Amino acid sequence: MSSCCAPAAGVVRPAAPDLSHFVRRLQSGVEHLDLAIDGMTCAACMSKIERGLSDIPAITRARVNLTNRRLAVEWKEGALDPAQVVERLRELGYRAYPFDAASLDSEDDRAARYVLRCLAVAAFAAMNIMLLSVSVWSGNVTDITPEQRDFMHWFSALIALPAVAYAGQPFFRSAVRAILTRNVNMDVPITVGVLLALGLSVFETLHHAEHAYFDAAVMLLAFLLAGRYLELNMRRRTRAVAANLAALKADTASKVFADGDIRDVPVAAVDPGDIVLVRPGERIAVDGIVIGGHSDIDQSLVTGETLPVTAGEGTAVYAGTLNLSGLLRVRVSAAETGTLLDDVARLLDNAVQSRSRYVRLADRAARLYAPVVHLTALLTCLGWVLIGASWHDAIVIAIAVLIITCPCALGLAIPAVQVVAAGALFRGGILLNSGDAIERLAAADTVVFDKTGTLTLPEPELANAAAIPADCLALAGRLALASRHPLAAALVRASGAREPVAGAIEEPGQGIGAEIDGVPVRLGRPSFCGAAREAAAAAEADPEASLIAFAWGDRRMVLAVRQRLRPDAAAVCNRLRQQGYALEILSGDHGAAVESAARMLGIAAWRAAMTPADKIARIEQLKREGRAVLMVGDGLNDAPALAAASVSLSPVTATQMTQAAADAVFLGERLAPVADALAISRKAFRLMKENLWLAVVYNIIAVPLAITGQVTPLIAAAAMSGSSVLVTGNALRAAPWRTRAAGEPPASMPAVSGPVDVARKRVAQEVG
Amino acid sequence: MEVLVFLVPLALALGLLGLAGFLWSLKSGQYDDLDGAAWRILTDDETR
Repeated sequence: MSSCCAPAAGVVRPAAPDLSHFVRRLQSGVEHLDLAIDGMTCAACMSKIERGLSDIPAITRARVNLTNRRLAVEWKEGALDPAQVVERLRELGYRAYPFDAASLDSEDDRAARYVLRCLAVAAFAAMNIMLLSVSVWSGNVTDITPEQRDFMHWFSALIALPAVAYAGQPFFRSAVRAILTRNVNMDVPITVGVLLALGLSVFETLHHAEHAYFDAAVMLLAFLLAGRYLELNMRRRTRAVAANLAALKADTASKVFADGDIRDVPVAAVDPGDIVLVRPGERIAVDGIVIGGHSDIDQSLVTGETLPVTAGEGTAVYAGTLNLSGLLRVRVSAAETGTLLDDVARLLDNAVQSRSRYVRLADRAARLYAPVVHLTALLTCLGWVLIGASWHDAIVIAIAVLIITCPCALGLAIPAVQVVAAGALFRGGILLNSGDAIERLAAADTVVFDKTGTLTLPEPELANAAAIPADCLALAGRLALASRHPLAAALVRASGAREPVAGAIEEPGQGIGAEIDGVPVRLGRPSFCGAAREAAAAAEADPEASLIAFAWGDRRMVLAVRQRLRPDAAAVCNRLRQQGYALEILSGDHGAAVESAARMLGIAAWRAAMTPADKIARIEQLKREGRAVLMVGDGLNDAPALAAASVSLSPVTATQMTQAAADAVFLGERLAPVADALAISRKAFRLMKENLWLAVVYNIIAVPLAITGQVTPLIAAAAMSGSSVLVTGNALRAAPWRTRAAGEPPASMPAVSGPVDVARKRVAQEVG
Repeated sequence: MEVLVFLVPLALALGLLGLAGFLWSLKSGQYDDLDGAAWRILTDDETR
């Protein structure tokens, strides 16, 4: 880089962070580190990274996972400082962020692997039994002897019984759990159907009968397991991207060790009670109490309030807020009583507890379906006995009814659509946190937005660039390079400045001064630049903007920096309104700021200066009016409201607690994913209902056959696979969903255009 | 037709072998990075 002459003032090159927290020690004396890699796009990157790392002799293994864009590195214990790996990757042109080892082998991974094993067993068994069954079916119409048929049936039983005992466990467990809590879910009729089919088949085999249903029972399990695996896999893929994003965002903090040593450590290695230093211009990475220093703090990402607050000894500060002017010593705390954090945590708990449990469509269908089917089977049995059939025949026919109605199609109808829709959302830059979010999104009719960071971009921008002469803007930008103040960062971005002014000196809390060809230049507070009069005029014109003054000789001008709406916010709001959604803004910011945003977006319903409790109260009120509320918010103060709403979204720049409370997270600078999520979900919900009706129609055709005793195992198998294929095919109609260029595709690691990222880029620019 | 007594178990045994193979490949992480594996086949082995 050409601008590698670092300005003297205000820039501290961060020491190599201490990564030992992330290193896992394996038994064999090998140390293991997992990294998320940013900037890896193709196969060439993969071999470049692996070869590049093999240059370091201590490394015994470096393996890239291209699917989830991660890298596993191993070396002999103590042979290498992990920071060297990150440094080497930086030389190769990639940024690497360590993972918390504990979060790696997640519950989802294990569950997906378990279901895949079950699927393998069930599919293997189904194939082999089908082979035997086809022989029996063709033999039955030709010349099979009863001995041979019994042999085939016994062999089928030998395969089917252990296979079902193993592969059926996910369904059996879930069914037992549901029954214990006096509920009915889809797994209950599945379990009943499978077990009865097996029991009947064994009984029939013992009595040398012609028909056995081993193939139907096992095939049913295989189909359902396939659906379940796809569902789990989709969730796992989403989680992997989310975990990478979390690693990318993970901050470091300057921890003050007991011996007075100050080192940058990952936030995960900071415990309550520790003391950290926060320099001006840094985003505070932890929650805590100020124990030394004075500063202004921009809390807009946390409370929505865009005006900075003053912090001194005893002030509570929150992760995600921005330290504007002075050096702070902060004692890290878990939620202390009486702070905003404590308030939010308490409200969040209440909201989560009182959240009315949404009943999934599948479970609602099961509640209707199970009694109807089981009653039909019972009536069939009694009916046959009444018209003079033997008890044995009547029971066999009744069980055939159960088998033919066994919810193969029903079990696939909803997961298949969910998988395809989640894939479409994923491509549109929306990551789902919870599986039933699609159904709840489809039901939403009211959209409530937070303002700061949700409707607006989290980073402030220069608003009046057009009014500033180009030479002044360029020089101001160069001066601003010497400061880490966030307003200065906005100025640097707007001017595209790359070359710092030599000899620029930052006066903390005031501004930057320098001398060019004997002419004094100043950038900073209006009072510092002697531009109070101009500033007062500018403040009148645009009361929400933060002002920076610039003085060059006797020229004075005022630069207004403010948060800007997301580029497509107005278009998205229009689109939503046309689709019949009611829109509303609930913001923690002051009235004037909210009003102007609401006016620009054409949203009539807005409320300002809302506390977290106010937001919940408003959402509860809307829900009482019978509305299904989608809440979109990013601040810590939005977290309880997100949990209280029927369904919620948050941008990826949101604080961690907020993201955890939201049902889905969207990426990128645009607001379009919100509208896309609603549109995709509505379509998916329609397909789900269509699929359920398809299953019903299939049953209307098949059940009379079963009741009249016409169903042979051949018909059962054909009907079962036929209906499953039909339902899956219908779900795939969702596939052509391509959301129009919704930001960067998450397939390549999405850039977090968050503040941390920008700060890092700037540091890189400054130190070269 | 007595030959079935041998052939059917034999077929089953072969099938089980396949199943064991699949479970082994699953356990050894061969499905962890399908995108990467598709590309790795194209890169030359390093001579070390």
